Amino acid sequence: MGKTAINKSSLTISENGQEKPASSKRLEVLKTYKIYIGGQFPRTESGRYYVPVNAAGAKLANVCLSSRKDFRDAVVAARAAVSGWSNRAAFNRGQILYRMAEMLEGRKAQFMEELIQQDSTRAQAEKEVTLAIDRLIYYAGWCDKFQQVFSAVNPVASSHFNFSVPEPTGVVSIIAPQSDSLLCLVSVIAPVITGGNTCVALASETKPLCAVTFSEVLNSSDLPGGVVNILTGKPGELASWFADHMDVNATICCEKDSSMQKMMREKSALNLKRVTFYDKINWYSEEGQSPYFIMDTQEIKTTWHPVENIAGAGGGY
Amino acid sequence: MPIAKKKTAAKNNTIKLKFDTSWSYAPAPESKSAATIKPQYDLFINGEWQKPLSKKYFDTINPAKEEKLSEVAESGPADVDKAVNAARHAYEKVWRKMPAKERAKYVFRIARMVQERARELAIIESLDGGKPIRESRDFDVPTAANHFFYYAGWADKLEYAFPNRVTEPLGVAGQIIPWNFPLLMAAWKIAPAIATGNTVVLKPAETTSLTALKLAEIIEESGLPPGVVNIITGAGETGAAIVNHPDINKIAFTGSTDVGKIIQKAIAGTGKKVTLELGGKAANIIFEDAPIDQAVEGVINGIYFNQGHVCCAGSRLYVQESVAKEVIRKLKDRIESLIVGDPLDKNTDIGAINSKQQLATIHKYLDIGKKEGAEMYQSSCALPGKGFWCRPTLFTNVAQSNRIAQEEIFGPVLAILTFRTDDEVIEKANNSPYGLSAGVWTDKGSKIFNMTKRMRAGVIWANTFNKFDPSSPFGGYKESGFGREGGLHGLSAYVNLIN
Repeated sequence: MGKTAINKSSLTISENGQEKPASSKRLEVLKTYKIYIGGQFPRTESGRYYVPVNAAGAKLANVCLSSRKDFRDAVVAARAAVSGWSNRAAFNRGQILYRMAEMLEGRKAQFMEELIQQDSTRAQAEKEVTLAIDRLIYYAGWCDKFQQVFSAVNPVASSHFNFSVPEPTGVVSIIAPQSDSLLCLVSVIAPVITGGNTCVALASETKPLCAVTFSEVLNSSDLPGGVVNILTGKPGELASWFADHMDVNATICCEKDSSMQKMMREKSALNLKRVTFYDKINWYSEEGQSPYFIMDTQEIKTTWHPVENIAGAGGGY
Repeated sequence: MPIAKKKTAAKNNTIKLKFDTSWSYAPAPESKSAATIKPQYDLFINGEWQKPLSKKYFDTINPAKEEKLSEVAESGPADVDKAVNAARHAYEKVWRKMPAKERAKYVFRIARMVQERARELAIIESLDGGKPIRESRDFDVPTAANHFFYYAGWADKLEYAFPNRVTEPLGVAGQIIPWNFPLLMAAWKIAPAIATGNTVVLKPAETTSLTALKLAEIIEESGLPPGVVNIITGAGETGAAIVNHPDINKIAFTGSTDVGKIIQKAIAGTGKKVTLELGGKAANIIFEDAPIDQAVEGVINGIYFNQGHVCCAGSRLYVQESVAKEVIRKLKDRIESLIVGDPLDKNTDIGAINSKQQLATIHKYLDIGKKEGAEMYQSSCALPGKGFWCRPTLFTNVAQSNRIAQEEIFGPVLAILTFRTDDEVIEKANNSPYGLSAGVWTDKGSKIFNMTKRMRAGVIWANTFNKFDPSSPFGGYKESGFGREGGLHGLSAYVNLIN
């Protein structure tokens, strides 16, 4: 079952860009929506699926209902990717984020089609996709700049050179917002990876199509496998694992449900994860992008070294 | 002849120092007369000394003599409530509205008055907490004053600290501090909080309340508006009442990782903000190319400073195998020369263990270390008959998985391990749930930066250790907590950023 039950797109552009004659006998090839772990596209190990529907009642797809095991596999992939990604030159990370924007721009039509399936109007869909592209560009630019803005050389009183710099916290688990599933997903993932972290994100439960397609963008953007892992499924089922996994350093939750937020903060205490809730942010506005989002998953490291004090070098820098 | 000379020179270089023949120091005690301790202390709430509604007091003792110094009030929930109400009232009516430059002047004034009363504060710190007077006089008290001085200046300059944002204070901050640096931790908590426009309810640790209460006297004298800083004494239950009080906006805690986790759970679902500065098990790494004598001094300072009651203490030493023998011998020689005894003696290097309970914890770990197969070495110094004391101790033949290499002991106990390669030592150093601090000793600049970059800790000391400064952010990675204290970065713990 499944694929044939999917609502046909209201768009009339086919893959080759030609108008589809109504009487065409060619059977459209439908996409299997998968999850994205370690640069691979498996279906969930659990074999489970769910069928989100749009406002008109049309089924969107047989979407993977990811399990705890999928999440754990994704964390293993994310942890393995931390060293390579965080040690990359910041400039290079910027190029890769820019490449993601390029890839997204090139597939604009496909994303608009999916957003329209997920109840957006054409105008809304176009706005969302273009803003998502611009947001990637915005963070691409920050990759090698936020460190300068948020670092400090500290004028200590003793004869030492002392400086503080931001560093990625490590692996971040993210429960993405339900609405505006492309723009919001991009808005929460981009600052995390801009700062050199890796992540496992749970896409919107109700509107998962463009999240899965976005992982194809990631896959063709020179982003190393494992840096971003995307799961589909139910926050109610997975949130507690996102919060209590011992090899996750920080968790970001965009759900408004206060009991879920409480549970996540409690479970995060297990290894003192950094917990952030983005439940009141308007991602379409200017407040939806800022280097302060990058800083939410950064640690400040302070380094000391003596300054030779033979000829009266005095205090630090 | 030249050959023979060379041999002697080489030999001389490794000759054991003969401490047994050296002269011992005559006692040089600091006079207690410069300090006034009242027989009983009430709670400092709303700018006044108030009797506790709980009607209870508890003793605070001198851990070096096991003698009662004074008794302090035990705050019950009603007292906490009163303090929070006072802080709320002061926040809404006075402090948040006051022009920032005026706020700054109050904080500057407190800094100055701490300096003026430095000697008294140092004596009381050593009496109540057991730390050597040399440390309280030269480190704790001046650094506390400097912290007020540093943050005072930020009060009217916050728009420069957070580009493109306006700041607002959080409201009432509940602050709970430990017993290892009582006055300094009070300064670390209070100074940034009030400079940014918050009001404060602070609880010192139950074994070391006195300098916080002295600070309350200074605050009273400074004319700070009533309720801006409230200092209430008590133990864990008082702390819990602060954490759970519904009208508190922010919890700042320094203490154990276990309690930190309880606090994170307790504030779940409340919207309270929190910063936690918790335990550590710092790796201190010596490479073969390090200046060995300086490194040995750094290791000694790293672990025996303040009797090892330091969350960022260098309690795990990793020595490169080729120099391990030499370093261990020098460490053994050096601890032999450490003077353990009267905290008020200006020659004392290691004072009293803070409490009977903590001494029991340390002894528990000494037993664990021996049972796990590590070799224990202690200095041969005599210990005073009364009071809580622990000889400087080191363990060799320690395995990475041993509890003394994994768990925070919070005493003068060093675990020594060895390594061969850079990659190996990074792997071992980072193999800890903690990430507060770390140290590295080598003469090679590029290796320093390789190490400092790869070590997962909030404060890294290269060719130095246990250095602190008000302008330098302090705080941990992983289970050592989150948030920073000190420096520009310490401001974010006490402000909301508005677009």
